[in-house]
Amino acid sequence: MNFVAPVINYSQVLPILIVLGTALLGVIVEAFVARDRRYQIQVPLSIAGLVVAFVWILKIHATTAITAESAVAIDGPALVLQGAIVILGIAGLLLIAERKLDSSGDAFVAQAAAIPGSEAERTATLAKLTQTEVFPLTLFAIAGMMLFPAANDLVTMFVALEVLSLPLYLMSGLARRRRLLSQEAALKYFLLGAFSSAFFLYGAAFLYGYSGSVGFRQIREAIQTNAGNDVFLLTGIALVSVGLLFKVSAVPFHSWTPDVYQGAPTPVTAFMAACTKIAAFGAFARLFYVGLSGARWDWRPMLTVIAIATMVLGALWALTQTDIKRMLAYSSVAHSGFILTGIVATNKAGLSGTLFYLVTYGFTTIGAFAIVTLVRNASGEATHISGYAGLGKRSPWIAMLLSLFLLALAGIPLTSGFVAKFAVFSAAYESGSTVLVIFGVLTSAIAAFFYIRLIVLMFFQDPEEDGPTVAAAPLMTTAAIALCATVTLVLGILPNSLVHVIDAASRFVF
Amino acid sequence: MNLYVPILTIGAIGFGFAAFSIVAAAVTGPKRYNRAKLDAYECGIEPSPQAAGGGRFPIKYFLTAMLFIVFDIEIVFLYPWAVSFDQMGLFGLVEMLLFIGTVFVAYAYVWRRGGLEWD
Repeated sequence: MNFVAPVINYSQVLPILIVLGTALLGVIVEAFVARDRRYQIQVPLSIAGLVVAFVWILKIHATTAITAESAVAIDGPALVLQGAIVILGIAGLLLIAERKLDSSGDAFVAQAAAIPGSEAERTATLAKLTQTEVFPLTLFAIAGMMLFPAANDLVTMFVALEVLSLPLYLMSGLARRRRLLSQEAALKYFLLGAFSSAFFLYGAAFLYGYSGSVGFRQIREAIQTNAGNDVFLLTGIALVSVGLLFKVSAVPFHSWTPDVYQGAPTPVTAFMAACTKIAAFGAFARLFYVGLSGARWDWRPMLTVIAIATMVLGALWALTQTDIKRMLAYSSVAHSGFILTGIVATNKAGLSGTLFYLVTYGFTTIGAFAIVTLVRNASGEATHISGYAGLGKRSPWIAMLLSLFLLALAGIPLTSGFVAKFAVFSAAYESGSTVLVIFGVLTSAIAAFFYIRLIVLMFFQDPEEDGPTVAAAPLMTTAAIALCATVTLVLGILPNSLVHVIDAASRFVF
Repeated sequence: MNLYVPILTIGAIGFGFAAFSIVAAAVTGPKRYNRAKLDAYECGIEPSPQAAGGGRFPIKYFLTAMLFIVFDIEIVFLYPWAVSFDQMGLFGLVEMLLFIGTVFVAYAYVWRRGGLEWD
């Protein structure tokens, strides 16, 4: 057997390697640094790693490469999404690192292994224990998310899926307050996630059986030459889609979303709601536009139906929620439907619209969840919607910022959400999916109702007597909110610069 | 189809052997039940008693299992490398050192955090 060393284009994969390396350094810090010094080292270390990775992404932004034996494809879409994931990762990390909000420490449990309500838990809380493992865990998740949209074969895609998922399962269960809810969320997420991973693997096996390869280019060529058994191809597409649709929380694979978004610590919810969606849709687009593009007449009807169901049911369920985190979770389900509209368009406008939507959606989502961490009462965050009544009178700034994010989620003009929705809907219209556009516009109207209902509640109702108060926003949370609000506003008023960047980048290599 | 005949035959033999063993044991085996036989099986030792109120497994079992998996997987990758390290040359050596170093980070973490202390 002759061995030939694989050609690896290290410069192109360096951003992923930097984040992974920083995560490993974080683990070493956990092992060798004294407990009370870890936080001071972990926060700057993690953020520095992400910043360096982002700088490197900017440096290689115009290059494309298929590298590491065609396992990784670094191209325009991959780099745009990696850049977005890294910046949003920094915003998420700032929220995760915040220690000024909760009087007993950060948003994370003092000792995760202690049984909720037990003596061990009380001891750990009294000792003011804090965990700093969340920083390396977040970085591992970010590295997986960066690899996910760049994965160019099914095995790499699966590895990236697991690398991003496993830390998130764990972090969902680490909430300091309402621990049983948090642990339930983590268990649900883990079990359903493992189940969907199995679907993905089974589908990958079918696609391998069809084309004789796991590489996207080989699958693409097999479809073009009609090489294999169509039953294998269709079964493979369906099963792989289940795995990916689970991650983007599309109906009918969305049922974990509200429970996990509600139970997880809010900073983690913010991080995963934004970054997982970006990474998963990036992988989704590459698989369907590169690997399976020849079979688009087979998968387009399926995705059209799923997109409609996701938009409609997500918006309708969001209407009935009384908890703001659950409401935002169902709104994220509805947004998955809108983004799927861009994917189904299968044209260049669809791809660039999808990328633009993902970037804007990420910033608005982190911003909205960041504000949720500020509205608190004695027992932690006050997530019931009634707690937001009269917020506009108590703290007009916070209420205005939350309104900005909600309006952007609703897609009102002059916010980034409008530009994004317009981009995906016009792409879908161009490609002839008029039905999708009609459903999209109708459900946007339904969705606008529950966003605006919350705004009305904040500005036109009197605050409750002993309602929650808004914590004076400490530095790191303020920085994250300011970043998200600026991007949301700027992309709403002057979207052109980013639109041009994304338009130029919207081409997959294969 | 002919390609599958040996596989199907192997499968049939395996299934037949399992079915035969179970039936034969049920028919011919002596049936002397006692407390030890009816107890839960735990690797041939006395089963550990369950704590009241749904006891938890001590975390050390989990840590041992996780460490085992980590090093088991390391061996899985080391063997193919050991077989052909002369062909891979420096590239293979550096990659392997990186891999072992990464695994060692996990080991160092477990060691420093007291995961190797049984009591």
